[in-house]
Amino acid sequence: MPTIEIRKVTKQFGAFTAVKDADLKVEAGEVVCLLGPSGCGKTTTLRMIAGLERATGGDVIIAGQRMNDLPPQRRDIAMVFQFYALYPALNVGQNIAMPLHYEGLSKAQSDARVMKVAQIMHLTGVLDRMPNQISEGEKQRLAVARAIVRDPNCFLFDEPLSRLDVELRHSMRGQIKEVLTGLSKATVIVTHDQLEALTMASRIAIMKDGVIEQVGTPHEVFAKPVNVFVASFIGTPQMNLVEADLISFGGGKADVMLAGQPLSIAADPAVSRLRPSKITVGIRPRAFTAAQDRAGDTIAAQAELIEPMGAETLIHARTASGGDIRVVVPRDKRVKVGEALHLRPDPRQTHFFGEDGKAVRA
Amino acid sequence: MAEHNSIWETLGFRKASGVGEAGWGRTLAVAIVSFIYFLPVLFIIFTAFKPQDAALSVPPTLSPTSLFGLIPEQFVFTPTLENFGSVFMRSMTAGGAPEPTGFDRYFFNSIVIASSSVLLALVIGTLAAFGFSRYPLKGNDTYLFIILTTRMLPAIVVIIPVILMFRVVGLSGSYTGIILLYTAFNLAFTIWMMKSFFDELSLDVEDAARIDGSSDTGVFFKIALPQVIAGLAATFVFGLILTWNEFLFALLLSGPDTRTVPVAMNQAVSSGGRGTDWTLLAAIETLFLIPVFLVTFFLQNHLLRGVTFGTVKR
Repeated sequence: MPTIEIRKVTKQFGAFTAVKDADLKVEAGEVVCLLGPSGCGKTTTLRMIAGLERATGGDVIIAGQRMNDLPPQRRDIAMVFQFYALYPALNVGQNIAMPLHYEGLSKAQSDARVMKVAQIMHLTGVLDRMPNQISEGEKQRLAVARAIVRDPNCFLFDEPLSRLDVELRHSMRGQIKEVLTGLSKATVIVTHDQLEALTMASRIAIMKDGVIEQVGTPHEVFAKPVNVFVASFIGTPQMNLVEADLISFGGGKADVMLAGQPLSIAADPAVSRLRPSKITVGIRPRAFTAAQDRAGDTIAAQAELIEPMGAETLIHARTASGGDIRVVVPRDKRVKVGEALHLRPDPRQTHFFGEDGKAVRA
Repeated sequence: MAEHNSIWETLGFRKASGVGEAGWGRTLAVAIVSFIYFLPVLFIIFTAFKPQDAALSVPPTLSPTSLFGLIPEQFVFTPTLENFGSVFMRSMTAGGAPEPTGFDRYFFNSIVIASSSVLLALVIGTLAAFGFSRYPLKGNDTYLFIILTTRMLPAIVVIIPVILMFRVVGLSGSYTGIILLYTAFNLAFTIWMMKSFFDELSLDVEDAARIDGSSDTGVFFKIALPQVIAGLAATFVFGLILTWNEFLFALLLSGPDTRTVPVAMNQAVSSGGRGTDWTLLAAIETLFLIPVFLVTFFLQNHLLRGVTFGTVKR
């Protein structure tokens, strides 16, 4: 079964390095999301896999064959573009049939394939329309239909849902996931939307400044971020990343000076290897429980801003040293602005990052 | 309550807000301005149908019909087709027998030379423009700039080196020579026009075609070209008008067999020592107008249509 693999792939535009030593392997039937902020090199990576950009260094291997020097038309791939890239002079049916044109199929065979795909993507009613006469959702489905009409080695999606409104995005996410599951091909999806990545991907590769920071299942990248960037990028609201001084480690507990307060918290044994130093403590907003009084394992803060989010309420709390801590509590937990809070972080959801920003874990 | 209408609105002017079809008032105002634009052309066309005396009368005759008595009798002329006949056949000396003037040949020359050079420039220029747009050379803009330098000077300035070049290679007076010259001049314009049309297209669509299996040639013919049909039409019409009316190069570089209408027109009206024959001139001009008028008329839908079809939003 065809796989996609990139080994030490680098792309330079003049003096600017867009992608640096990227390694990634996508198995057949696997969906990998390239996730990162704008300009992190995720689309460039995708375009190098597609052959639309030449890699400056490294190898692009599709279905076991090194593809660096092959143009896109000889890589046997299908791609869905961010802006759909529909053929403006062709109608919907002709758009879907375009990739088949080069396969030398008979008219009847080609028509049958187009009909089948049109049925899957609910486009049978608009086959005769021009691309500018169909809705945004239909354009999106047409772009996917055109990609799946052939039987390529692999699928590439560049921000496939970014142009849809929230509701449509939600339903398309489900539809695309369903279609991809049925096809079991190696698939790479580029997105800047973590929810899209978390819901659609078997694994997520998080990129920043041209470097793949972490590759893991949605669960792994959320529960075990390898560094401060991944920790801050995955999860809404963002993880609290509080600078602290590590004082000592003993009996499975780390003693730190956090926001001007001493805090004793159970930590990974690996933390014992750190010398007393500046560290960053990461705590998810949902990982706090409220204590009645000040204790050795609580952080004191004052509720400053309260944002109801429906099922939950987001509280911005300020510590004595002026730091901001985001806390998510259930809706029924009433908190007033100005109220003093004693927050007890859950040690299992607390992460320690060394001075270099890397997670300290066994 | 009845809606209040100002006198302007009653006259058909729309309120100065929003977008939409203009009222009768504005349409009329534009019609008047357009008529003023068209007036010189109309006057020439009318003159072509006037008898000699009517053309030279003071005050000038203005209309072939009295419009049911609306126009006073002294401004009305009786239309005649005689002038058109004498474009092709007339006596060259006073009282002499009518002989062919050769204008059929000159019209043929104009049509062949203008259309072939514009088409040739369109084919080469469109390919070149796609190249400049998609596969830029090192120092791309410099080449584009150099291409345009030929259009920066008045023709009279470059004519001498051009004449010398033609003498050396023996192209003076030949169809090939004049067609190549016009092609070269139109190329500059064509490349610039078509490049800007290609620059506007979405590269994603072309990338998509490549991924779907299309070759670079296929991308050009199947994807890019259908999207710039409006551009091709516009470039063709502008090039045709420029070339059709060109006088100076044609005067100096065409021979007796390859003479074009503008050159022949000049000679027809200024020879014979009888002063300018205005009705003859007007008849030639009217005939001369027809081909370009027809081409522009049939291409106007393409000229007016948008370049892209709104499938790619940015």
